[in-house]
Amino acid sequence: MKNHKRHLPAMFAIGLTTTLAMSACGDGFDDEEAKGNGEDATSAEGDASLVMLIATSGEAETAAVEEATDSWAEETGNEVEVRVASDMDQELAQGFAGGNPPDIFYLDASQVAQQATTGNLYAYEAEDNDDFFPALQDAFTYDDTQWCAPKDFSTLALQINTEKWEDAGLTDDDIPTTYEELSDVAATLDEGDSAGLVISPETDRVGAFVVGHGGWWLNEDATEPTGTSDEVIAGLEYVQDNMEEGHFVHAGDVDAGWGGEAFGTEAAAMTIEGNWIRGAMSSDYPDIDYTVAEMPEGPDGPGTLLFTQCWGVASESEAQAEAVDLVNHLTTPEQQLEFAEAFGVMPSRESATDEYTEAFPEDEPFIAGGDYGRGPINAPDMTQVVGDLTSQLEGLRNANIEQMMESFDTNAQAVLEQ
Amino acid sequence: MKSRDPQRQEGAGWLFVTPAIIVLGLFLIAPIGMALWVSLSDWTGRGSPISTDVNFVGTENYSALLAEPGLARQDLMISFRNTFYYVVGVVPLQTVLALSLAVLVNGRFLRGRTFFRTAFYFPSVVSSVAISLLFLFLFAGSGAINNVLAWFGVNGPNWFQDSRGLIHIFGDSIGIWSISDPPSWLTDPSVMGMSFWQWSAGPSVALSAIMMQVIWTTAGTFMLMFLAALQDLPLDVEEAAIVDGASKWQRFMNVTVPHLRPTILLVVTLGFIGTWQVFDQMYVMTQGGPAKTTLTPAYLSYQAAFTNGNWGQGAAIAFILFALIFILTTVQRWLMRDKYEWAQKKADRRLRRQQRRQHRETVNELQRKAQSS
Repeated sequence: MKNHKRHLPAMFAIGLTTTLAMSACGDGFDDEEAKGNGEDATSAEGDASLVMLIATSGEAETAAVEEATDSWAEETGNEVEVRVASDMDQELAQGFAGGNPPDIFYLDASQVAQQATTGNLYAYEAEDNDDFFPALQDAFTYDDTQWCAPKDFSTLALQINTEKWEDAGLTDDDIPTTYEELSDVAATLDEGDSAGLVISPETDRVGAFVVGHGGWWLNEDATEPTGTSDEVIAGLEYVQDNMEEGHFVHAGDVDAGWGGEAFGTEAAAMTIEGNWIRGAMSSDYPDIDYTVAEMPEGPDGPGTLLFTQCWGVASESEAQAEAVDLVNHLTTPEQQLEFAEAFGVMPSRESATDEYTEAFPEDEPFIAGGDYGRGPINAPDMTQVVGDLTSQLEGLRNANIEQMMESFDTNAQAVLEQ
Repeated sequence: MKSRDPQRQEGAGWLFVTPAIIVLGLFLIAPIGMALWVSLSDWTGRGSPISTDVNFVGTENYSALLAEPGLARQDLMISFRNTFYYVVGVVPLQTVLALSLAVLVNGRFLRGRTFFRTAFYFPSVVSSVAISLLFLFLFAGSGAINNVLAWFGVNGPNWFQDSRGLIHIFGDSIGIWSISDPPSWLTDPSVMGMSFWQWSAGPSVALSAIMMQVIWTTAGTFMLMFLAALQDLPLDVEEAAIVDGASKWQRFMNVTVPHLRPTILLVVTLGFIGTWQVFDQMYVMTQGGPAKTTLTPAYLSYQAAFTNGNWGQGAAIAFILFALIFILTTVQRWLMRDKYEWAQKKADRRLRRQQRRQHRETVNELQRKAQSS
């Protein structure tokens, strides 16, 4: 017995080293940085089989993407497997960590800088790159490189409840075109249980007013925070003033999770949301009549926010050339219009807009935002900082804006300096 | 009798334990070792963490979380504050509730015992995700809970959107302070980057809704443990107490509870560990909101790694949480120790030490004698 006891630590040591050695064997891939243009793209020998990871909005989107990839696969003799992620961030992270990421995947503009600095992305441009909205090209440009081809985009616009609008004696001529007019109609529409305008006070909504005042959270090169600049403060103060007067309300104040829900339950006469509100309204609140108008102009001209995703291609992919070819197929104006038809996204190519507005005239205010919209913050490691700002904006009504933005600047500075 | 050969037996012993060592090593020791390494490295989540372009950064991740003022430390401290109030609220309540339920369904003359046992245990069997979704609806601004409150003329809060702390609300209602304009003697001094005012917030309304859910769900599990212990209770002691004229309450407090001490210790310890690690509810219901009042270390760790791509910090948070749970559980076990048993053990140890010393001295003496002769 004594004899055995003395061996126990050695036993564990052996076990530990074997298992560590076993797990260490897993990293046998080379870490060459695959960055650059199409010339040094990896290409599969013979027919490629690609894996595509998508975060789908529903059955319709999955089916449309599968149909499009199938037709490419048939044309070229390659294979594409479309996988639907239930938690995109996590599944992508697992792929990258395991050295076996999907070849092609949806990538949000706010994630591009992070993934690019980590070295997970293969930078490419799709055919006829200049045809994409310039704002979208910018949204995916980090470190002077455009990392991927824009898939589609959404913008914020103003939604107005038609019945309430008419009840208040307002006409089409009254649709607000400036921030003052927006405050005025919000005050007129603010009646009893129904507020004037419901807005989720988060960076992704309030930011539109910051843009309208000519400001932005970071400077042009995304190297310095500019949260305490006069323009940003003015944009936030505009929202705060209106909230104090009670014409603008927080979605949470009227028992709603987001602006669309508050708008649908008629807790407010107006809201500011993106084109995704269409789906929610038609499925959850089909009886509500509403019109969509462009965001009113601020002191510095029109301002809205733009949300977009691109087709990311992995730097670890063994068939980058094929993946880019697939992207070319998926971003043709014809294919983009098919996607628009199937699940209501707006095409990222300018050459497709005319046909799109012809088919969906009521979406014109949304697509107009493509010309002057502003993409998300485009710098690595900013997720936590933006998250902190959003959580502070929840208390915007009573917040000390100067103090709030000072802490944002401090936090952002610490990240950007790294 | 070759099989009695000690050499051969050792070989067979190794053979038999090898699968267990490999399984434990592969699924337990290696991952923990890797996580520890990640927490000390600058791994970006690309490729294996033990490849050549991952660098050792020492305690950088830990110091960002604990020493340097900044967002990382602020968020960790907020999550500690939230979880502290969460633990303090959940553990005593769930233990008391579980014990009461167990005593109730243990009653020999209760009708429909099996039904009640099943009913109380039921929430523990249902997936916590499904229950979370259910509670989201129950506690919605215009949900069932608020409708019931409205019958009594109470205007319920919009639970999951309300970030006000309960202690803040209480102080506000009895006029010690005002939430919209907190006194400067609370807002000015700060510890670890958070003001006393923030530290003393108490669980937010949103967090208390989650606390209610967790108490309701876990009480059933612990009830089962108490029930098992109650059924092992010697009947004669209780009968003796009846003969002595002890009332029902006296019997419960002086006979039943002391007998249940080991089970109470187990339930409280498990409760402590489980509550500090709370994750599911935050992941499904609130994602840390409103205003970060439901942020917990476990959720923060997940967020740091998977959303922010900061794997080193994510792993470091996990180890800090481990250290915290380890220390707190040790303290809690020491506080709840059986003092008599503890003293006995201590005396035993002292005796053993003494015996060993004596033994050594005798051996030394014998050796000396042998050398000198």
